[in-house]
Amino acid sequence: MTSSDVIGDGVTGQAVIEARDLNLVFQTADGPVQALRNVNLTIGKGDFVSFIGPSGCGKTTFLRCIAALEHPTGGTLSVNGMTPDEARRKRAYGYVFQAAGLYPWRTIAGNIRLPLEIMGFSRDEQEQRVADVLRLVDLEGFGRKFPWQLSGGMQQRASIARALAFDADILLMDEPFGALDEIVRDRLNEELLKLWARTGKTIGFVTHSIPEAVYLSTKIVVMSPRPGRITDVIESPLPRERPLDIRESRTFIEIAHRVRDGLRAGHGDEM
Amino acid sequence: MRNLLPVLTVVLVIIAVWYLAAVRLNSAWVYDQAAREGREVMLVDLLGETLVQERPVLPAPHQVAQGLYDGVFGQKVTSKRSLVYHGWVTLSATLLGFVIGSAAGILLAVGIVYNRAMDMSVMPWAIASQTIPILAIAPMIIVVLNSLGVTGIVPKAIISAYLSFFPVVVGMVKGLRSPDAMQLDQLRTWNANGVQSFGKLRLPSSMPYLFASLKVGVAASLVGTIVGELPTGAVAGLGSRLLSGSYYGQTVQIWAALFAAAILAAGLVGLIGQAERMVLQRMGLAR
Repeated sequence: MTSSDVIGDGVTGQAVIEARDLNLVFQTADGPVQALRNVNLTIGKGDFVSFIGPSGCGKTTFLRCIAALEHPTGGTLSVNGMTPDEARRKRAYGYVFQAAGLYPWRTIAGNIRLPLEIMGFSRDEQEQRVADVLRLVDLEGFGRKFPWQLSGGMQQRASIARALAFDADILLMDEPFGALDEIVRDRLNEELLKLWARTGKTIGFVTHSIPEAVYLSTKIVVMSPRPGRITDVIESPLPRERPLDIRESRTFIEIAHRVRDGLRAGHGDEM
Repeated sequence: MRNLLPVLTVVLVIIAVWYLAAVRLNSAWVYDQAAREGREVMLVDLLGETLVQERPVLPAPHQVAQGLYDGVFGQKVTSKRSLVYHGWVTLSATLLGFVIGSAAGILLAVGIVYNRAMDMSVMPWAIASQTIPILAIAPMIIVVLNSLGVTGIVPKAIISAYLSFFPVVVGMVKGLRSPDAMQLDQLRTWNANGVQSFGKLRLPSSMPYLFASLKVGVAASLVGTIVGELPTGAVAGLGSRLLSGSYYGQTVQIWAALFAAAILAAGLVGLIGQAERMVLQRMGLAR
């Protein structure tokens, strides 16, 4: 690859995450598997970037590379100008997994406090931050409840609050609403946009839903499998303020079309 | 209370079968006696004489109940004939052994989960240790410790610990490994260290497994203690009651001691079950 192949450099803010010729090969019993091939991507400050593609396309793997949960076998990746490992140690990001993963023996407040305890915040500051993020995700008054007393959607909101509690400026989300029904999902998407507008965080969001990706993102990264790679990067022309009915607009449908075409083209490759 | 009826039914069936077996097994002696005196044995005689013998092959339930009652309430608790006295001797060694065994089991499990070398090496030895018949090894432990000047409750407690650490190791290893990959990744994203991930995730997650194995462990502890009491020359403890009973053909005494041990075991398992319910309920882990 030459530098002219680098796509997705229409960055508005300063670059927060930068991947150059990133490769990741897993050694498995059936031989090596190329999970990521020549991934080039720049994510600017305050971007909302969605990664979309069929399973096995490397979208989650790429997110995990950013989080230093996987380690690339080639190329460079920087997060806030550091290596992903350094960034992890400096708590540069909060990570939201597909399952809420709340500890059943802790209250909601206790769960949100968990990373703060691990990071050694003072008692007072812990209380303050828990109260703040509970307000942010609209769970005020639920701090003393236990996870099983909350619906799935509320649990996932609590897990987002937990990822926000220590004030990282990057939020990485791996199909956070994948297990929820569509009505709850719509609401949470709307709330996530509001939260993003209020906090100005940089968000990396893995999904396999086209409408979700188009509705949320300022940048949509279309990926395809075997080997996992980026096939298209779409800068969304939609305004940052997005009511739910924007999904019926012409622009929205056009972007969705382009995403679908990208996904189809990626699949055509292997046939 | 709804499950009282099936339980009672089973108990009644067992008692009925027991009585029949007692009549059958003890009849030989009755027939012998009758032949010697040259008289016929009627059915009524058979029932009467098989169920009240002093040294029956199989004591009837009411004899065992009588023996148990006498042993518990019929003596001063300091008496050598009191089951309370012997029960306490056994119980104290059991509890000490259980504490030692559980602590050793938990420590070994932590080592196995956190240390690769221990992971590869300890488990086969732990399994091997349980394949050795405890009856064979118990006298040697007693003798060796005796020659080192360790006597009294400790040798018995060590045999008891030897049996009870194993279920705790197995359960705790499973429990400490029960958090899934996502939960462990999550801790990594917060850059948690080993102590933190142990205290905040692994240990709490292992509680259901711990209690399950403690229940098995405490019963094994009691068995270990009783086995440990057999070769001590039958001085004190339920084990010694079993042994001296068999020396003198006091079958009622043996059965009474057996039941005392069973009741003790049930009580200990019940206590742990109670603690389990309380802890798991508080932790939101109860089913």
